Amino acid sequence: MSPENALLTPADREMLEHTMLVRDRLEEQYHDLEQQSHAAAAGMWVFLATEVMFFGTLFVSLGIYRFLYGEACEAASEKLNWAIGGINTIVLLISSFTMALAVHYARLERRKALTTCLLLTGLFGLCFMGLKAYEYYTDYVENLIPGWRFVSQEWVDQEGLSPDQVPHVKLFLLFYWIMTAFHALHVTIGLCAVAIIAVLARQGRFTRSYYAPVDVLGLYWHFVDLVWIFLLPMLYLLGTHSADSLHL
Amino acid sequence: MKDLVLFPPQASTTAHQVDLLFYFLISVCGAVGLLVAFLLIFFAVRYRRRPDQSEAPAETKASHALEWFWTLSPVGAFLVMFVWGADLYLGAFRSPEDATTVYCVGKQWMWKFQHPEGQREINTLHVPVGQPIKVLLTSEDVIHSFFVPAFRVHMDVLPNRYSSAWFEATTPGRYHLFCSQYCGTSHANMIGTVVAMPAADYQAWLEEHAEGSLALEGRKTLLKYRCLSCHSADERARAPVLEGLYGRTVPLRDGRTARVDEAYLRESIMHPAAKVVAGFQAIMPTFEGQISEEEIVSLIAYFKSLQPGETPQRVENYPPPAQTPAIQDEESRE
Amino acid sequence: MSGATLQPVPRRTVRLPPVRETYLNVARGVTSWLLTKDHKRIGLLYLVSVTVMFFIGGFAIAIARLNLLTPEGGLVQADTYNRLFTLHGVIMVFFFLVPVVPASLGNFMLPMMIGAKDLAFPRLNLLSWYLYMLGAAWTLYAMLAGGVDTGWTFYTPYSSEASHYNVVATMVGVVIAGFSSLLTGLNFIVTTHWLRAPGMHWFRLPIFVWTLYATSLIFLLAVPVLAMALILVVIERIWQIGIFDPSLGGDPVLFQHLFWFYSHPAVYIMILPGMGVVSEVIPCFARKQLYGYNFVAYSSFGIACLGFLVWGHHMFVAGISLYSALIFSSLSFLVAIPSAVKVFNWTATLYKSSISFQAPMLFALGFVALFTVGGMTGLFLASLGVDMHVHDTYFVIAHFHFIMVGGMVMAYMGGLHYWWPKITGRMYSEWWSRLSAIIIFVGFFLTFLPQFVVGYNGMPRRYHKYVPEFEVWNILSTAGASILSAGYVLPLCYLLLSLRYGKRAGANPWGATGLEWQTASPPPKENFAVTPVVVRPPYQYHLMKAQNEP
Repeated sequence: MSPENALLTPADREMLEHTMLVRDRLEEQYHDLEQQSHAAAAGMWVFLATEVMFFGTLFVSLGIYRFLYGEACEAASEKLNWAIGGINTIVLLISSFTMALAVHYARLERRKALTTCLLLTGLFGLCFMGLKAYEYYTDYVENLIPGWRFVSQEWVDQEGLSPDQVPHVKLFLLFYWIMTAFHALHVTIGLCAVAIIAVLARQGRFTRSYYAPVDVLGLYWHFVDLVWIFLLPMLYLLGTHSADSLHL
Repeated sequence: MKDLVLFPPQASTTAHQVDLLFYFLISVCGAVGLLVAFLLIFFAVRYRRRPDQSEAPAETKASHALEWFWTLSPVGAFLVMFVWGADLYLGAFRSPEDATTVYCVGKQWMWKFQHPEGQREINTLHVPVGQPIKVLLTSEDVIHSFFVPAFRVHMDVLPNRYSSAWFEATTPGRYHLFCSQYCGTSHANMIGTVVAMPAADYQAWLEEHAEGSLALEGRKTLLKYRCLSCHSADERARAPVLEGLYGRTVPLRDGRTARVDEAYLRESIMHPAAKVVAGFQAIMPTFEGQISEEEIVSLIAYFKSLQPGETPQRVENYPPPAQTPAIQDEESRE
Repeated sequence: MSGATLQPVPRRTVRLPPVRETYLNVARGVTSWLLTKDHKRIGLLYLVSVTVMFFIGGFAIAIARLNLLTPEGGLVQADTYNRLFTLHGVIMVFFFLVPVVPASLGNFMLPMMIGAKDLAFPRLNLLSWYLYMLGAAWTLYAMLAGGVDTGWTFYTPYSSEASHYNVVATMVGVVIAGFSSLLTGLNFIVTTHWLRAPGMHWFRLPIFVWTLYATSLIFLLAVPVLAMALILVVIERIWQIGIFDPSLGGDPVLFQHLFWFYSHPAVYIMILPGMGVVSEVIPCFARKQLYGYNFVAYSSFGIACLGFLVWGHHMFVAGISLYSALIFSSLSFLVAIPSAVKVFNWTATLYKSSISFQAPMLFALGFVALFTVGGMTGLFLASLGVDMHVHDTYFVIAHFHFIMVGGMVMAYMGGLHYWWPKITGRMYSEWWSRLSAIIIFVGFFLTFLPQFVVGYNGMPRRYHKYVPEFEVWNILSTAGASILSAGYVLPLCYLLLSLRYGKRAGANPWGATGLEWQTASPPPKENFAVTPVVVRPPYQYHLMKAQNEP
């Protein structure tokens, strides 16, 4: 048994293989592997179209409330930790770069480089999740969780909002939580997929003619990154941030 | 055997207009529908398969001209239907200038009305014939819908928002008022009656049921909520003077302007910070949850009637409403 | 045992003809069905599931309809009535009408019609059935453990604040089922793009495939919006934070926008596949090429695209701005054009044809008639002036039942009767099937025509009792409903009986041209022994004999 396979029992490997949408053997409904890979990529594109609609619903709803309740939304946005949000953007962008490299190396059948790039991508993804968790913790400390930890009076006393604007602050924060959590869920799913593909890549499962899973995973990862690019301005940057709200 | 009713009574000025459009649609669609039905039946009979037939029917080349004809020709008919319908719809939203406003609050599961002179009714609305009536609608809980089939009047009643509908009854009688937007258990019991009566009878009815005008109620509400501690008409006013305000356009603190109408007044009571008039601070507390829809309605009626010089004197030494930021010299000046 | 070994009794051996291997007998046992990746078996799983849901939803409304026999509505209490019509709406829309043709007949036929061995992602296909079952089980649980009374439209703030029933559980069920449609749509689109047999150009595709493709587009772009809107309501209900609650700054009309952004295109999900079925059946039984193939194909896309732009016509009296009402009204007229084009083309197909009136054809002709009525009453609702009056009345109920039941269910019955021999390898009773087509048609007209009248007279929907003026029309409608329900039970009986007693169907009992008829009935697991090569456009009936023989 080769050393890289020592970690996994055959049953484990079989299980991992079952998590893949595309296999390296030809399924009966296809003529050849190329057609199979094209279909897999097309499937991912179509899936991403539905994802656009999922996130789009949230963006439109948030946009409407942002338009209706500008002042409250800005006050709430200012409380968000934009520094972490900004760093996370950079982290995700780098991870997208390494993912793009991974697809590139998969195409060239450079196994080591592919595995390394996938691991780097996973590392940056984990880094993103870690920072996200820390950010959530600071939100918890600062009472920014409507329905659980939230003090209405703070917003009246410290932010100069009127009491009837506080529900709008809650509304904005709720959308912040829903959207970032939904995005984090996507990152988590992506991380699991990256881990599986990395293990399979290390085993040398991907060849010049068969690297569709890497390709498809790349599409997904870039999409998740792209969503964040839209989340950052919508949620973090719409307030007029001052130096003392840097949270540093 | 009960009467077979084909069409609802036409009891308003717009009813026959809606029906006319309806007849037009029936004739056009009926003609096309009958044509299709006729062709279907005719072809089915004419081209039914005979037992002795062994040859397949020959190919028919589809005619492009025909295809384009039936693709484009409906557009003309649709345009007429659209413009005619849109015209009626726009008319339904533009109430005549001289319309009397009746206030209506929907709640699970009843209709509450208030006439301008203060008469209140539940589930029955008395209106004069020959006078346009504008119903200002709002809801205390979920969405309802104000629907009087005989008048062809239909408008959703939303919480936290005003919508309106208008009609001018033409025939005296009693007509159904339905809630047509599903609103819970007793949705089907949320049925009221609109009683259209000759103008003289209506006046008599009003006098019989007079209990102080709605505006008078509004004055009481104004005093009850101590609005005058800020909205006084003297030099100590910390908030805009209310007299003669209705219908004006006021500049706002953020540079926009706002027309003072029912929706603005309501918003300013429930969410004062949303549109603060230029030159004033956002010190007014929200009255959301403290003031009832009916009280707001009475306030609005009062503001409409309030002419310059009519604001009550601020003789009452009431404390300002809760949550109003304290002003240091307030007590010393008193 | 006493130690003596039992000797097998020698029997006379009977030589049976060798049994041909089909998708039905290739593997046996419950697991072979529950873990199947064969699109045909999954189609059958769907077929059984949606049939069960249809009868549950139908039973609920039968009681509600019976309740409306008298103005007092004395049969059930108001709360029960509200839960019954909600059950009917939720089950029929999300668990019957949406999946009925795409997921059962479409699943079965799409790969066969394009000459493929299976869908592109068979595992996802199976997953979609499990999601459907999970959603259905969840929803049924919610209904049994108390029910829901919001109506299938779930309008806020009633659903988010006022209702005390199992709103959350129902919504979760609907969202799960939504994911099942997503997967089906994804599968169909990729399959149509990548798995067509050699020679199967886009303009050689049967219209049924075109309509499934258009339906899938709607699935993919509309379902996520509904899912998200419902999730937001669930969050609002659980954490009591107002997203759509006006007293907390939310906007209840936003929910209506999001809801109808899904639910109006969903209407086209529910009718497009039906149009596809009819476009298969009419040419076959008229022995005639489909008139204006290109126009019919393009009009499916016209419907799918325009269908996304008209959701606001459900809100003409909900307090939307006048300008948006004008725009939505004009676009709603436009979306009627592609539907009209189809009706004209189906009618023109019959010209100089040779029509035989077997059950599928009767259902298809019934579809054209009922759909025409349904479509044209849609014009009344698109016209702002009339909609203002008939909005939320029985006129609307009658209109969309003409489309959904008169249209889609008729088409589904037509498709089921058309492909039944292919699916099961058996013929059903011709006499009974024709009878049931006629009963359903007559019962349907009697049920829903009076509702137009009573609607124009002003009877609002979702009333468990009503004012006495409406009684006669309601009696007629209930009478019609009883005929209609008999019409629906009938096919269940003779189709099931045909499984055992029906005479065997050949590969192509109707003499149809589609690829699915080129293989045995029932088909082998791999659909085609040899991958077919397509050399002609569809519906070349003039090249075949007149009789329904190949």
